[in-house]
Amino acid sequence: MGIIKAKNVVHEFFRRDEEGNVESITTALDHVNLDVKAGQFIAILGHNGSGKSTLAKHINALLTPTEGVIWVDGMDVLDEDNTIPIRKTAGMVFQNPDNQIIASVVEEDVGFGPENIGVPTEEIWTRVNQSLEAVDMVKYRKHSPNKLSGGQKQRVAIAGVVAMEPKCIVFDEPTAMLDPNGRKEVIATAHDLNKKKGVTIILITHYMEEVVDADYVYVMEKGKIVMDGTPRDIFSRVDELKEHRLDVPQATLVADELRSAGVPIPQGILTRKELVDAIMSVANA
Amino acid sequence: MLRDITLGQYYPADSVVHKLDPRVKLFATMIYIIALFTFQGILGFAIITGMLIFMIKISKVPFSYIVKGLKAIVVLLLITAVFNLVFTPTGTEYWHWGPFHLTSTGIMNAVLMTIRLIYLIIGTSLMTLTTTPNQLTDGLEKALSPLNRIHIPVHAIAMMMSIALRFIPILIEETDKIMKAQMARGADFEDGNLIQKAKSMVPLLIPLFVSAFRRADDLAMAMEARCYSGGEGRTKMKPLRYQGTDRKAYVILIAFLVLVIVARVLLRWPQ
Repeated sequence: MGIIKAKNVVHEFFRRDEEGNVESITTALDHVNLDVKAGQFIAILGHNGSGKSTLAKHINALLTPTEGVIWVDGMDVLDEDNTIPIRKTAGMVFQNPDNQIIASVVEEDVGFGPENIGVPTEEIWTRVNQSLEAVDMVKYRKHSPNKLSGGQKQRVAIAGVVAMEPKCIVFDEPTAMLDPNGRKEVIATAHDLNKKKGVTIILITHYMEEVVDADYVYVMEKGKIVMDGTPRDIFSRVDELKEHRLDVPQATLVADELRSAGVPIPQGILTRKELVDAIMSVANA
Repeated sequence: MLRDITLGQYYPADSVVHKLDPRVKLFATMIYIIALFTFQGILGFAIITGMLIFMIKISKVPFSYIVKGLKAIVVLLLITAVFNLVFTPTGTEYWHWGPFHLTSTGIMNAVLMTIRLIYLIIGTSLMTLTTTPNQLTDGLEKALSPLNRIHIPVHAIAMMMSIALRFIPILIEETDKIMKAQMARGADFEDGNLIQKAKSMVPLLIPLFVSAFRRADDLAMAMEARCYSGGEGRTKMKPLRYQGTDRKAYVILIAFLVLVIVARVLLRWPQ
């Protein structure tokens, strides 16, 4: 069994009127199945309201399924005794960098998680140092988070999660509020953690470019997983993606258009470099 | 406009006062306030002035920076002084008109009250200038921890204080943004009388409250995701421990209070 396994997970949000009667039910997750192996870099794609953030909160036991089961590292999320161990195993980075930094000094914020789980003082300091190094923020350790850029704040938030030494980190649209530079910083940091520390990463996003380097991609719509596969596999199904109102990386789109215009370009082009190479080989042939 | 608030700002410097344990500084402020309202006579006054000058000197905070903080209370000072001056009916009377009197005791009281208030502000702002908000809440948490026994959630209160302090600049920035957005759509915050001005604040306050609640919700979730579950079982990254200088500071403070009281007994002149 993988580090995260979801089986037929359903989550329903109830809207109640003043007397507490159920007015309407929104099904945010509709029989979702997920199997993530330790050390993988997983991406979950979907536009607003597709249920991807709801799914993310299930992995961290912030929400529990109405139906179905989720196991995080073998622990059942429905068992309340598992809540804290699950949160130690699966950390979470949220969308808004301002709303997840608790302390007014960078290093104290990074130490917040370890403080909560009762790590001894000396070890907190080692962990803080290591985590700040891992996200390359050591020189800002004494700064106030208010004076950092969006990307830097998000890296501080990542360090705060890394300091708890989780096996898995869920990134819930970590780049939605950042500028292009900040986006690159954060995604690069996530890949770095995956490669150097072997942390399992689950990246939830609606930016296509960010999922290109993932090991496996799930596409969600209306609470269901509608496509899954490797990025190359997913992006070769351009028409299907368009049906789900998702953009395709620009290079893939150009390749697809060229192919339908009769130029013999292979399927599954993801990056600009691959596109250039493919066009060059066609031109030379 | 909102950025000009200097009250409670931290002045970073490398001094003995900055390095003191926040609990010592809280205790010192308390002792200082007690001394300020118990002293009588010129001798006590001299001791307190000496202590204050000494503290400012070793804190390495520039005097002009401290004085700046007084600007905020000039009006309050004037009102207190005038009231004391004209509403004290006892003592030798120099002049009176209707309910107003100008007497020797009145002059004395006015001068004394003004000095006390000025000293009070300078002394307490010296504490906030040399202590970061986080140290302050840490100190409060530790100093008040006996209250836990009577079920006062000291940790929760301290946590709320430090989060509030962290969000002040963010909310100020947000207010600025909302204000500009409203002004771009023709809102007027400057003109009109007091009631109109207050009314024009409503479209500013509602979005601010909504956003503050949303932020609170997000933050609570982020804290939970990082295993926060109250003060129990928590360790400290920067635990408070008394050093040698802290003990010396306690001795000096007690001696200071004793001196002020002795001075009050020995030499009550004038008054």
